[in-house]
Amino acid sequence: MQSKSFIIETLQGDTGGRILIAVLLASCLIFPVFNLFVPESSVFHISTYLVTLFGKYLCFALLALALDLAWGYCGILSLGHGAFFALGGYGMGMYLMRQIGDRGVYGDPLLPDFMVFLNWTELPWYWNGFNNFGFAMLMAAFVPGLLAFVFGWLAFRSRVTGVYLSIILQALTYALMLAFFRNEMGFGGNNGLTDFKDIVGFNLQSDVTRAVLFVITGLILIFVYLFCRHIVKSKFGRVVVSIRDAESRMRFIGYKVENYKTSVFVLSALIAGIAGALYVPFVGIINPGEFAPLNSIEIVIWVAIGGRSTLYGAVLGAILVNYAKTRFTAVLPEVWLFALGGLFIFVTLFLPKGLVGFFSDVKEKMRKKA
Amino acid sequence: MQRVVLILSAVLVLFGLSGTLSTVDAQPEDILQAPSSLEEIVQSLATARRNEIPALVENIAELEDLRRRAFLESMLEGQIYFTREEQRVVRAVRIEDQFQISDSLTGEELGLVGTRAVGRVSVNNSLRRNLRLLIAGIDLEDEEPGIRLSAVEYLVSQAATESRELLLQLRSVESDDSVSLAIEEGLALVDLSSEDPLLRSAALDQLSGNLNNTIRNAIRQVAEGDPDPDVQAKAEDALSSIQNKVELYGYVQTLFFGLSLGSVLLLAAIGLAITFGVMGVINLAHGELIMLGAYTTYVVQQTFPNSIEVSLLIAVPAAFIVSGLFGIAIERGIIRFLYGRPLETLLATFGISLILQQLVRTVFSPQNRPVSNPDWMSGQWQLNEVLAFNYNRLYILIFCIIVFALLSLLLKKTRLGIEVRAVAQNRAMAKAIGVRSGWVDALTFGLGSGLAGIAGVALSQLTNVGPNLGQAYIVDSFMVVVFGGVGNLWGTFYGSFILGITNKIMEPWAGAVIAKILILVFIILFIQKQPKGLFPQKGRGMEE
Repeated sequence: MQSKSFIIETLQGDTGGRILIAVLLASCLIFPVFNLFVPESSVFHISTYLVTLFGKYLCFALLALALDLAWGYCGILSLGHGAFFALGGYGMGMYLMRQIGDRGVYGDPLLPDFMVFLNWTELPWYWNGFNNFGFAMLMAAFVPGLLAFVFGWLAFRSRVTGVYLSIILQALTYALMLAFFRNEMGFGGNNGLTDFKDIVGFNLQSDVTRAVLFVITGLILIFVYLFCRHIVKSKFGRVVVSIRDAESRMRFIGYKVENYKTSVFVLSALIAGIAGALYVPFVGIINPGEFAPLNSIEIVIWVAIGGRSTLYGAVLGAILVNYAKTRFTAVLPEVWLFALGGLFIFVTLFLPKGLVGFFSDVKEKMRKKA
Repeated sequence: MQRVVLILSAVLVLFGLSGTLSTVDAQPEDILQAPSSLEEIVQSLATARRNEIPALVENIAELEDLRRRAFLESMLEGQIYFTREEQRVVRAVRIEDQFQISDSLTGEELGLVGTRAVGRVSVNNSLRRNLRLLIAGIDLEDEEPGIRLSAVEYLVSQAATESRELLLQLRSVESDDSVSLAIEEGLALVDLSSEDPLLRSAALDQLSGNLNNTIRNAIRQVAEGDPDPDVQAKAEDALSSIQNKVELYGYVQTLFFGLSLGSVLLLAAIGLAITFGVMGVINLAHGELIMLGAYTTYVVQQTFPNSIEVSLLIAVPAAFIVSGLFGIAIERGIIRFLYGRPLETLLATFGISLILQQLVRTVFSPQNRPVSNPDWMSGQWQLNEVLAFNYNRLYILIFCIIVFALLSLLLKKTRLGIEVRAVAQNRAMAKAIGVRSGWVDALTFGLGSGLAGIAGVALSQLTNVGPNLGQAYIVDSFMVVVFGGVGNLWGTFYGSFILGITNKIMEPWAGAVIAKILILVFIILFIQKQPKGLFPQKGRGMEE
């Protein structure tokens, strides 16, 4: 009962959040049921393709949530969140790679295919332990968190802010991309990690596994949403928002601004890492392309389109933009970049508060008229 | 003409002995009573037996007929045939199934004949070698010192082992300095393998510090196995002095590549230094404005395919205008609504960059477009055996410095420049004293974008011109501006050269990718320590 009251308390005054959670819970029910138990011939059948696709979107939504926490509430416009996401993805990828065992092309019981191909004789030290699911998941969150901590500790202490911060974060993800492209790094180079077989003993290709993964991702998203909402409503959250709005003043009052910023940034990176780890089983590959600066900037646009500092806006934006992307690239691949570029401009010029802000403005006007 | 005979006999003795003496021995009378005119000897080729040909060729070379060089060249290229009917020696060039024949000496056109109508005057490998040497020998007495020089260089490169006396005599009649020098070197090279340790030692003195590969190898041989320990020690010294020199020139070469990379970075970043540094606008479409400049070069070359040589001179102003106009349109249409909201500007300009990329993909093609280098931009300036400057990199370096100087002047001296700086420093005050700040913003942004276009022209000479051209430079350009210090042109100047040179110094031992990563990490750490860059702007107006 305590948890129930906690949820109600957290969602107090958060209509958007309540709708979002209701929709997510419903999809966690509908998608698996209509995928697994409704025959394929039926109109109501949801194909495994769609389950995978929306599972992917949920991961992106989680990532957008992470960015909204940092950008919307703390003013840290990170152009490097793709890096945390990709690092989390590599954590999961390494686990899945070790699960292949001797079923790889070269049949080596210990080494993944690409290492055999490179004539390596033993597993690099940093691959140790990744055959353990718990350890791998811990790393998938811990490594992005650690990177964010080191970076944030250095950057926020020397008061690197605003645009500078964005640009050096972009440089960071660019540098990581170059590094991961190298074969010598031991992460599969150009091709990344792929050809996964199963996850904690379940076949990755089976419909049931996909459906379960979908439900898990949905539940994690709900949990993280509640967690973020709880944080931003807490005293800590209020301090963070004040830092966003008047950093110097908070510093003069006596708050350790850099500690708050670093905490939020690390938290955000942890969530991004989890999102990346959940993403890899759906798509079945992780490669250095995920580090591309363009990906990180796309995350920003999801949040901007949805509406920042609302949390549910970020989730909405991530799902809408990605759905549009899937549609466009399938039908008119040339138009997608025009559309995405146009969206960037349109949203910044005409929808500074995103879709969510736009709707609440419209509602406000209607109410005034009535 | 004493010289001619001397040189030719020298050449023949030097290089011809081993290969041709046997044939000379076989037919001694033929040579002694050789016919004297070029026409006659050439004609005799038609009927000559295969083993007589080398001797005849040497006879041709000994004549004082100016046409002989061209004839020998044609022979070297295997174009000398004889007609089966008339037994006439002709020059023939194959065109599909026929031969285009002409007189072998006068060049008079004789029309087309079938392949069966002619037979080739056979030229084998040893004859080909002789032909080259004979042609070099003829070149030795050319009036042009350059031709004499390359002839001597060719002869020296053919491992001179015989009679230094003849080279000595050659030296006595040579008047041109550089040719004499080449002969001296050849002589010393011969001396290196002489019996006399004193001669070898003297030769080492002369060759010490010489960068020629053949000479270096010869000295290395002496250093490794000379019977005389003194000479061997000396050779080791000479070798190490050469090594030092090579190393030194290696550094110079690295420095040049560093400067070149720096100039490219500077060109790419200089426009950004204006839009980002002076105006504070984060323009993520800057890379695409560079790309537009490169595509302008392509369009200019396509429009005037016959004047590639001057195409760049047209492309520079054209690219400035094209990118500048795009820039003004972007500023007036989008950015001016976003002043004071840098993060939103960043997003909107990123959208512009996506649109521009897709635009060139749609208009041109997703593939790279070919942009040709004019002749004066291709090739390299070979200073010595180990040091060469590529002309395109050299000119771009110079061009970049000119652009930078002009821009500094523009900002310092002209009314526009003063207004730009005034608006950058204090917008409200500038407006109050009558500066049309909107107008200045548009022009400033246009200037920065135009500079990006110019950078694109330069880059089109170095890299592939494709839709992703701009992306490759955007991160680098921002790094340079941030590293150098925002709002400071000189900061950008030093920043790009420091980064360029550091990158090239690190590349040999770290590899290109690691070097780049290290530089990025270095900048990231540097920004933490020195958030305002190398040359921070000072004063109250700069505090946000």
